[in-house]
Amino acid sequence: MLEIKNLVVQIEDNRILNGLNLTVNDGEVAAIMGPNGSGKSTLSYVIAGKEDYEVLDGEILLDGQNLLEMEADERAAAGVFLAFQYPLEIPGVGTMTFLKACLNAQRKARGEDELSTPDFIRAVNGAADRLEINKEMLKRALNVGFSGGEKKRMEILQMALLQPKFCVLDETDSGLDIDALRIVSEGVNALRAQGRSFLVITHYQRLLNHIVPDTVHVMSRGQIVKTGGKELALELEASGYAEYRAGEAA
Amino acid sequence: MADVTNLRSPAEAGLSKLFEAGRKSFASETAIAREEAFRFFEATGLPSRRVEAFKYTDLRAAIAEAAPPAEAPSLDAAKAAVAGATGFAGIEAARLTFVNGHLVRELSDLDRIPAGVTVVPMSEALAQGDAGLELLAPVVQARENPVYQLNTAFLADGALISVAAGAKPETPVHLRFVGAGDAPFSTATRVLVQLGEGAEFSLLESHEGSNGVTCQPNDALDVVVGPQAVFRHSRLNKEGDAAVALSTLSLKVEREAQVESVNLVTGAVLSRHQIYVHIAGDDTNVVVNGAAMLRSGQLADSTLLADHAAVGGVGREQFKTVIDGDATGVFQGKIIVRQVAQKTDGKMKSDCLLLTDEGQMMNKPELEIFADDVACGHGATCGAPDDDLLFYLMARGLPRPVAESLLVQAFVGETVEAVTHEGARAALIGEIEAWLKARG
Repeated sequence: MLEIKNLVVQIEDNRILNGLNLTVNDGEVAAIMGPNGSGKSTLSYVIAGKEDYEVLDGEILLDGQNLLEMEADERAAAGVFLAFQYPLEIPGVGTMTFLKACLNAQRKARGEDELSTPDFIRAVNGAADRLEINKEMLKRALNVGFSGGEKKRMEILQMALLQPKFCVLDETDSGLDIDALRIVSEGVNALRAQGRSFLVITHYQRLLNHIVPDTVHVMSRGQIVKTGGKELALELEASGYAEYRAGEAA
Repeated sequence: MADVTNLRSPAEAGLSKLFEAGRKSFASETAIAREEAFRFFEATGLPSRRVEAFKYTDLRAAIAEAAPPAEAPSLDAAKAAVAGATGFAGIEAARLTFVNGHLVRELSDLDRIPAGVTVVPMSEALAQGDAGLELLAPVVQARENPVYQLNTAFLADGALISVAAGAKPETPVHLRFVGAGDAPFSTATRVLVQLGEGAEFSLLESHEGSNGVTCQPNDALDVVVGPQAVFRHSRLNKEGDAAVALSTLSLKVEREAQVESVNLVTGAVLSRHQIYVHIAGDDTNVVVNGAAMLRSGQLADSTLLADHAAVGGVGREQFKTVIDGDATGVFQGKIIVRQVAQKTDGKMKSDCLLLTDEGQMMNKPELEIFADDVACGHGATCGAPDDDLLFYLMARGLPRPVAESLLVQAFVGETVEAVTHEGARAALIGEIEAWLKARG
């Protein structure tokens, strides 16, 4: 599904990713854990197509297509979805208007027909019910006045609606209370399917109790330094990132 | 000491000639103090950038020649011009149609004016010396303004609209100003709206003309909002691309009255909309919003003076400017809080979105506060569309131009969201969308 080869990325002369290699298979849930500053969020932004980063080398292939040659919107239409760590508030843009515009833009880019309004509303309402999102929120401007948990749920609602192939969850657990963590995780788990893969970025093992990964990668100094099964997350929880930080200091 | 001779520009000399020529045909001289206004105007002339209030909008430079006052058009010409007018066209309203600044009765709904509202054409009012004329020019500062003085001096047509105490007509009145023909012309119209105690009234105002016509419309709207009355006003300037469009809104707001006024500018090579608000009674609530969406070569100036002379006035003034190409936006806003105007709560804001590096925005906010128990603030911002917001929208699949349009629409939309009249709000949003669509 996703293959990253020797990815080297810098921002303002500051090297963040140093020849990163990563493969995520079809249907796989891969977790990336690592200390602060190891480059996890940068990786998520570079996959989604944020322009601030300079890619010096390497490639990111989604089903063989090189994402680095595409604009962010083209990547979205190709099936990439980034659930933001800090979803942005956009005053003046109604949530429903936004959802419909995104959905139809992606469908158009893929040569599909636009969704009819009744079908669209049905799809949104269904997803909102599953994520316990109050319908009143959908009437407001996008993310404006939403709590941290509400914003994260709105990200998952967008994911459910857009049905992407490859989902990147950037510290989706940050700022969530226990109930919100459960609801968000259930929302993600409901989307697990063949033909869809996840890259779950987190500092903490607790998210991985809810979204159980197939593989866990440890990231340090802009590279994947260790790969294992879900038990690797438990080991990290017990031992901390000290051994990887020592590597950073060296 | 050497004598100082004030050199007059060709346009100023032209205006004097036109005034002299028109003098004979002017009706009811005393009622509107036409002579006095022109004398004041002649003393100062067209304001240049040396005049502080016109520092960013140099009318002396912009008006090279004074266009002659427009004649009343033939009915056929008027009909043809009105056929192409789209501003607020879909809204159920009683229309007063002005073509080249002259009321066209055949294209107006004078026989369908809503109950509780009276309309007297300005030409009739002047001829008969209508008592309502006494209410003209309700804000003293406006009378000292050269644009307003020119309007008074050349006043050709308009209307007196009176809303009876307690009347709450559902149907708005639409002042539809349309330009006709392709020769240069000037207009000077004045509409007076007077709302009786407890009245509620919505006024729509649209200004349209053809591209390439060097017209110089000068329109004034004088409004006296009686005690506990509610006045709602939506204005649309989509003049042709060679128009120099000057306008003045003077509002006298009495006890516990409410005002909601919004002006959307997409047209004219140069426009200046002047708003004078006189808070005359206690506990008023006034919202004045403005939005300008400008392309290369355009300049739009919004100049506001809010004079609080009574207790507890709430004022909210919000202006948004979107600048494309090398366009220029100007906002000058001044809030005066007189010593008696304790508990005034005023907020004034001007925000600008620059879509290119070539555009410019001039903001000049001022507060003059003589009362000690007030909450007054102003702010101004200028910037490009937020890259993080653009990325967020693009990461959801919106192509860059669509994402940028959505952000621009959200930015400007805030000024029209507060419009109570649903049809007017939708029409203004439609104009914003049309501007964005034309931008591509």
